[in-house]
Amino acid sequence: MKRAIPAIYILFLMLPIYWLVSMSFKPTTEILGSFTLWPNEFTLENYKTIFSDASWYMGYVNSMIYVSINTAMSVAVALPAAYAFSRYRFLGDKHLFFWLLTNRMAPAAVFALPFFQLYSAVSLFDTHFAVALAHTLFNVPLAVWILEGFMSGVPKQLDETAYVDGYSFPHFFVKIFVPTIGAGIGVAAFFCFMFSWVELLLGKTLTAVAAKPIAATMTKTASSSGYELGLLAAAGTLTIIPGAFVIYFVRNYIAKGFALGRV
Amino acid sequence: MAKTENQKAWFFVLPVLILVAFNAIIPLMTVVNYSVQETFGNNDFFWAGVVWFEEILHSSRFHDSLMRQLTFTFTILAIEIPLGVIIALAMPRKGPWVPVCLILMSLPLLIPWNVVGAMWNIFALPDIGMLGRMLNEMGFDYNFTRQVGDAWFTLILMDVWHWTSLVVLLAYAGLVSIPDAYYQAAKIDGANSLSIFRYIQLPKMKRVLTIAVLLRFMDSFNIYTEPFVLTGGGPGNSTTLLSIDLVKIALGQFDLGPAAAMSLIYFLVILLLSWVFYTLMMRNEEQ
Repeated sequence: MKRAIPAIYILFLMLPIYWLVSMSFKPTTEILGSFTLWPNEFTLENYKTIFSDASWYMGYVNSMIYVSINTAMSVAVALPAAYAFSRYRFLGDKHLFFWLLTNRMAPAAVFALPFFQLYSAVSLFDTHFAVALAHTLFNVPLAVWILEGFMSGVPKQLDETAYVDGYSFPHFFVKIFVPTIGAGIGVAAFFCFMFSWVELLLGKTLTAVAAKPIAATMTKTASSSGYELGLLAAAGTLTIIPGAFVIYFVRNYIAKGFALGRV
Repeated sequence: MAKTENQKAWFFVLPVLILVAFNAIIPLMTVVNYSVQETFGNNDFFWAGVVWFEEILHSSRFHDSLMRQLTFTFTILAIEIPLGVIIALAMPRKGPWVPVCLILMSLPLLIPWNVVGAMWNIFALPDIGMLGRMLNEMGFDYNFTRQVGDAWFTLILMDVWHWTSLVVLLAYAGLVSIPDAYYQAAKIDGANSLSIFRYIQLPKMKRVLTIAVLLRFMDSFNIYTEPFVLTGGGPGNSTTLLSIDLVKIALGQFDLGPAAAMSLIYFLVILLLSWVFYTLMMRNEEQ
């Protein structure tokens, strides 16, 4: 009986996903012409279009590039900062922590236009780096928050023993400390990946052609032709795959990520 | 853990500061700049003082979208938080089904937001969508593009679908951190499941639930893409939430001054409410 609750919930989660996937295997005429629960005329045509048209598949490549840059950058700068917050007291540390968090509260809609102007001014507009940099606005605070939680769980004796053993700080940090909090880095990287992958508004505002994310490619196709529902469904289905892949690797740690963090 | 006083720690924080300052302070100052000026195009700007702020605070359009936003946010919080806790309580703690549940439940979190909107739009269409078709077959007169109630129902159902899993993950994380000894002690004392929940599980989940409420509050207050793709703010203005209205003013009508003033008020409302949530929940914890 108790097991029925998660089962029903998962069923509810899967229904819209099933509908999307099944539509991606239907020709557009079948989608618009009749209501069918599964594809009657099974076709791979939609996927073929995406994989053979550069304007489509480059969207995925662009997204993957800026998401990777963003994840690497966010985790790299968040590591020393999280270490400082977890180990030391310094002037204004609490205020600084809260200020970092307030950046997660800033609505992307508020920043869209100023971001466009700022990134045009420093001539980064329409580059992968621009999107990656813009997404650090909400990912860096989150990464600091998660990593700080994991680091506070590591006893300070570890640091002290290493110094007694003659390790220098950089050596200790890279060789001993980073491997110790490996799970935390995995979780932080997962959340950075996730929020950068799903965001559209900033990604769309900061790109035109060269670095256009897949999500933006989809909106364009949807508005110009409007009837290519099968193609849209196939493109949507493909956006789920990288996420599912990443989840699989961190499945044992996702739940821990926030539990250890502080507010 | 006892922390040592060390002002040099600032150097460790410096990279984060520079990065976030570049992204947060410069754009924020741009917004502040626009909010006190008037422009007639050609990049000519004139000092306007607090005119825009007064205009926004007195405009019924802003009040309406703020009310819609508050209704939306509090409705989804009232549904997602209890639902997430119930599901987390019913989940298995050990065994091969745990990773399966976690992976399947996390899937909606990793779908790009406009795909979520597009997916639900197609799923709920009354003629060719699975949900819309089913509801109509069951005798409901359901059409989310025409009827305000249906649009809201779909919007809230979509958000529950999209984000309840985050609450489940967090609540579940809190639950698995409770040592078995607690449950054994409760069993010896003859506690029923309700008092186990009240005196063991709920206190242990309090911290993660605070995070869940805060995150859901902030993110639902900032929501833009999903409702925009799902309903476009319609029918009429009935689902025009704050960010949708803001983007309409800023990019649609290019009224930079009012849009900037509205941005700042919007940001302050979020800050204020988050702070209230934060202090209230922290005070509860101390008691």
